Amino acid sequence: MTRETIFPHRHLLGIQGLAPTEISALLDLSDDYVDKNRSADRKMTTLRGKTVINLFFENSTRTRTSFELAGKRLGADVINMQVSASSVAKGETLIDTAMTLNAMHVDVLVVRHPDSGAVKLLSDKVNCAVINGGDGSHEHPTQALLDALTIRRRKGHLDGLTVAICGDVLHSRVARSNIHLLNTMGAQVRVVAPRTLLPSQAERLGVEVFHDMRRGLADVDIVMMLRVQHERMLGSFIPSIREYFHFFGLDYEKLAAAKPDALIMHPGPMNRGVEIDSDLADDVERSVIREQVEMGVAVRMACLEVLTANLQKDFR
Amino acid sequence: MAALPPGRIAYVNARLLDPASGLDAAGALLTDGETIVEFGPGLFAAGVPSDVEVVDCAGACLAPGLVDMRVQLREPGEEHKESLRSAGEAAVAGGVTSMVCLPNTHPVIDDVATVEFVARRARQIGLAKVYPYAAATKQLEGKELSEIGLLAEAGALAFTDGTKALRNAQTMRRALSYAATFGVMIVQHPEEPALAEGGVMNEGEMASRLGLAGIPPAAEAMMLERDMRLVELTGGRYHAAHLCTADGIDIIRRAKARGLPVSCDTAPPYFALNELAVGEYRTFAKLSPPLRSEDDRRAVVQGLRDGTIDAIASDHAPQDQDSKRLPFAQAAFGGVGLETLLPVSLELYHNGHLSLLEIIGLLTAAPARLLNLAAGQLKAGAPADLMVFDADQPHRIAPDNFRSKSKNSPFDGRPVQGRVLLTVIDGRLVYQAK
Repeated sequence: MTRETIFPHRHLLGIQGLAPTEISALLDLSDDYVDKNRSADRKMTTLRGKTVINLFFENSTRTRTSFELAGKRLGADVINMQVSASSVAKGETLIDTAMTLNAMHVDVLVVRHPDSGAVKLLSDKVNCAVINGGDGSHEHPTQALLDALTIRRRKGHLDGLTVAICGDVLHSRVARSNIHLLNTMGAQVRVVAPRTLLPSQAERLGVEVFHDMRRGLADVDIVMMLRVQHERMLGSFIPSIREYFHFFGLDYEKLAAAKPDALIMHPGPMNRGVEIDSDLADDVERSVIREQVEMGVAVRMACLEVLTANLQKDFR
Repeated sequence: MAALPPGRIAYVNARLLDPASGLDAAGALLTDGETIVEFGPGLFAAGVPSDVEVVDCAGACLAPGLVDMRVQLREPGEEHKESLRSAGEAAVAGGVTSMVCLPNTHPVIDDVATVEFVARRARQIGLAKVYPYAAATKQLEGKELSEIGLLAEAGALAFTDGTKALRNAQTMRRALSYAATFGVMIVQHPEEPALAEGGVMNEGEMASRLGLAGIPPAAEAMMLERDMRLVELTGGRYHAAHLCTADGIDIIRRAKARGLPVSCDTAPPYFALNELAVGEYRTFAKLSPPLRSEDDRRAVVQGLRDGTIDAIASDHAPQDQDSKRLPFAQAAFGGVGLETLLPVSLELYHNGHLSLLEIIGLLTAAPARLLNLAAGQLKAGAPADLMVFDADQPHRIAPDNFRSKSKNSPFDGRPVQGRVLLTVIDGRLVYQAK
């Protein structure tokens, strides 16, 4: 199978709907890039002459930098456009933006937007490939792919693993993309959160729901912590940081319920002392948080390569 | 305090009443130190061993001490109305051995330190056991959730905004949902605040004649209807306090039939009095929720009979003279109830609505079960929290003799039957009628 046919999609808007073979292919390709990124000569020419625009309607440092680095390593011209969402009258302006970009002959657009579905709307209007860099509480597919790559490299496989996703599942696009990906690849997914931070009918997403960390983490292979946007949560969804950490923050005591070789993951940026104990986050025996960042660049290189290769094809 | 030395004590010649097991028989009960050792009809048939102290109940009823699931204690903050000590004395005089206090003190019981303060103070006083409800929202403001998990760990039994309704539907939804995370319930004062605002008594002919602003019965029904939707949405455990309207009770009846996790209580004024008690502007009959119509009162009795209403609580709300000797509209809401809880409730027995065992059950085992409290039943190994009472002795309610600091009883001068003779907590005699 050639690389042109492994991923028959024009855009990468989400994990939901991808086939296991497509996910595996992206991960295999990413694996190659991990090795290349570690070699002395990292500059490649795969995307020479291509233009990638990072169009971010929401503040981001790590995701934007990761995409920028991925594009540049592949030899593309990368431009960052930071648009303050509050200054944008939504809807019409988003489409205006698409029209403007079309006129510039962009090849790949990486879009982050605070509204769920906004990236899909934009993708319907542009001629280029679109990668969802995170839309509202909907999906963040490259994060799920880099998480999967991290796990696969450490554990050798995804199927049969038990993964607990803990924290603010309600507002998390990372959780949704991970749930879809892990379920597609045959892992067992649990979510652990207070009821106020779970979406309604969460179990219908294909997860086992827990409200107690010790029970939820029992014998799991992977613990994925989510960022708590405490400045937005306090009082309404959770009473206090102190209470949140006491019941749902990951520390050594709660982690003891998991398998002895369980890995700890976090999409970043971390709130130390809110959702995760500071020492634990830095524990190189357990935490693969820094490794996730490294995998991120490789995964984004793979996505850029696959989507630019597909540009000349006609997908519906 | 007449604290007996912790030895073995036999209560003989008693009519043993234990609603949890259905026991109603002549017999005896033995305590050793702080706990019940054994009891039953045949105990000490061959005489009491000489090393055991004997208390002769002379045919009176021996039952678990009352569990009062709704009292306002006023300490900390308003000790001139009631203190933990005066409430403790009033409680044991009323046969109450465990009571659950509302968080509407100053400061509000919304942090771990205040929960621990109340529990520690009550332990030091050594009278009725006090368990706090903690605030469902910080400062009872109905906006931000309190630290429900930590407060539950510290000993808060359940969560409520006390005499204020949780009015914001989104806040109530999140409170129910968040509390369910920890398996604790939300207790609601079911009254739609906008409809109740400014009202001082039941809306109807009586209020119209007196020229007083009314609170329609629909205020209760509307809040309950809304809350039932939220219970259905969240699966949270919900308890409605002091129900007083026919419609309100019917809503709970239907919710239970549908299997929703809801319960409710009422208080003696709502099955023993109606709005006529307001008479010529008697502020002691100004209660929250207000005394309702005679039809509503009958519906409360029916709700108790058919099991829709799970428990009876005193709704003890002490107010000093300065708060009550005022024009009706300006007077504070509430009535004291600890010392009238048993005799007024016994009217349901004397009037033939419920058996003696059923009444005692509504005052002991039922509230204890709702609150997951290890109390309210006769059980070997359980704390010896007991009361001995005469179910028939006639007397008049005399607030001047109350131990409570406040005398604002809506039952002032009412002829009743039934009197507490002895109250025992952790095996110690803490009250004896003169």
